[in-house]
Amino acid sequence: MSLILRSWQGATALLLCLAALASLPMLAADAPSPFGGGTAALIFVLVAGAALASFANISAPLLATILFVCAHLAAWLLIGGLSGNEGKATSAFFLMIAASWLLAWRCVTVLSGIRAKSRAADTFLRLLIPTLFGAWILILWEAITRGAGIPFILLPPPSAIGARLAGSIPILWADVRQTIFKAVLFGYVVGCASGFAVAILADRVAFLRRGLLPIGNLVSALPIIGVAPIMVMWFGFDWQSKAAVVIIMTFFPMLVNTVAGLAAAGSMERDLMRSYASDYWQTLFKLRLPAAMPFIFNALKINSTLALIGAIVAEFFGTPIVGMGFRISTEIGRMNVDMVWAEIAVAAVVGSVFYGVVALGERATTFWHPSNRGG
Amino acid sequence: MSLSPPPFSVVSARKLGLTFETNDGPVHALSNVDLEVRKGDFVSFIGPSGCGKTTFLRVIADLEKATAGEITVNGMTPEEARKSRSYGYVFQAPALYPWRTIEKNIALPLEIMGYSAAERRSRIERTLDLVNLSGFGKKYPWQLSGGMQQRASIARALAFDADLLLMDEPFGALDEIVRDHLNEQLLKLWARTEKTICFVTHSIPEAVYLSTKIVVMSPRPGRVTDVIESTLPAERPLEIRETPEFLEIAQRVREGLRAGHSYEEQ
Repeated sequence: MSLILRSWQGATALLLCLAALASLPMLAADAPSPFGGGTAALIFVLVAGAALASFANISAPLLATILFVCAHLAAWLLIGGLSGNEGKATSAFFLMIAASWLLAWRCVTVLSGIRAKSRAADTFLRLLIPTLFGAWILILWEAITRGAGIPFILLPPPSAIGARLAGSIPILWADVRQTIFKAVLFGYVVGCASGFAVAILADRVAFLRRGLLPIGNLVSALPIIGVAPIMVMWFGFDWQSKAAVVIIMTFFPMLVNTVAGLAAAGSMERDLMRSYASDYWQTLFKLRLPAAMPFIFNALKINSTLALIGAIVAEFFGTPIVGMGFRISTEIGRMNVDMVWAEIAVAAVVGSVFYGVVALGERATTFWHPSNRGG
Repeated sequence: MSLSPPPFSVVSARKLGLTFETNDGPVHALSNVDLEVRKGDFVSFIGPSGCGKTTFLRVIADLEKATAGEITVNGMTPEEARKSRSYGYVFQAPALYPWRTIEKNIALPLEIMGYSAAERRSRIERTLDLVNLSGFGKKYPWQLSGGMQQRASIARALAFDADLLLMDEPFGALDEIVRDHLNEQLLKLWARTEKTICFVTHSIPEAVYLSTKIVVMSPRPGRVTDVIESTLPAERPLEIRETPEFLEIAQRVREGLRAGHSYEEQ
């Protein structure tokens, strides 16, 4: 019993192998190019062998390597056998995919348990584990869409999306230039800067503080994306109207967060400044703004996502014949779903990089904050 | 201002009162306080919570405004005194800015008051040495112990040329061993710098050990019940706390607190 508990993934993978053996072959009888006997046998040997190895008393790095190689080689052989046989996979095929997945799971579990001795090894593990995790989402996606023959329109396999992505780099790059480098960056910078400036102004002028802030709180909770068609009417089809949408979307979160941040400095710290007869601007720059930085970076992070959404969705309402939102809305109409997915993948990468840069800036600026000190 | 404080008077209060208006009616934080602090004095304010000792310190610092009576600080109103930067204030907590290193924290008042970079450098050096923190200037506050942080905040208050040091229970949050050590250091520092110190505490031994003058206060309304001039010598090793003279003064402080009904159930 304790032997099984040592690697329940291995035990389950063995059971799945037996079930798959019972329900061979792995492709339907009318498949044009069925698995060769050698390939099928190799897959079973790989999966069963790795599953057995997971019970053995061997060092964690060696075991992880065995599991890694066997699980991925098996998955590669399985998916490779699908070409020309889309939609013909039987339950034996899916059982074997599931068994490989369990082995990869075991591999990640073993890797997570390793205490890295050197810094480089630690970084390598920190990158490898989420990469494996993400890769298996793609592997399962690929196997299920192609094995079960899911219609291309509903969900294309990642390989098709990747091929489309690689084949349309010039178009995608032009879209990124139009949407990101013009609309998003301009709108983000202007929106955040003006939200910040108005927050400082509201701090100085009671009339703004009492009148504008409640409205700011209200507006920052509204789905402002609805103004996109109006902005297109006002500022035309080109990127200026999208930048306007981004400005409106990013302005209020920055305003509200900066005002909250300016109130974050403690009363003792303020009394200290008062005891030095410090003037308004000295107190602002030496105490209140540094204390507000965690709030301001919070707004910058929220806004990095909002800006991307705003610019892409605003392009649905009219645009010149370039732009990420334009591409998504026209290609879905032409049933080119792989292009839509390619555009989404690009947006995801750009969004992550954008967010990552802001987060790095935050780490450098608010290193002193209790939530950042340890890491 | 019509009053003329005696020469060498640093703080002079006449019939000082302060009433906070709250939803539950007025609270008399201070009432009829008369007090004279001379240059070079080490004055302790002692009493239970709510007796107005911190409020009195905050009135001197112009962090609160008196509602009755008169007070001068260095012969000026508290506001003028604050604007001419005549005091350094040490709070109950270190209140160091976590985004500045220790030396940058000490430089903070110097930057605000417009000292030159070279002047800042030498003053940081000197005050860090005064509080025995040399070598810790590049650390961030959260990398130091509580006692070291409070010493750094004292260094910050000493960095600019204020002859008056206002300390509001600066060692209240520290354990007794650290506290004894810091009390000893504070006395040495006071002797070296010849500053006037107003020190709020609720520890009788601390008040007696440190002070040349002990002001006993009691609550509801906050008022002064006794002012005791210490007869202890200027040189005070920690062992002085075992002498009959010390215990006699401590006894008098205790009686003063009792007379102000400070020991009654509240």
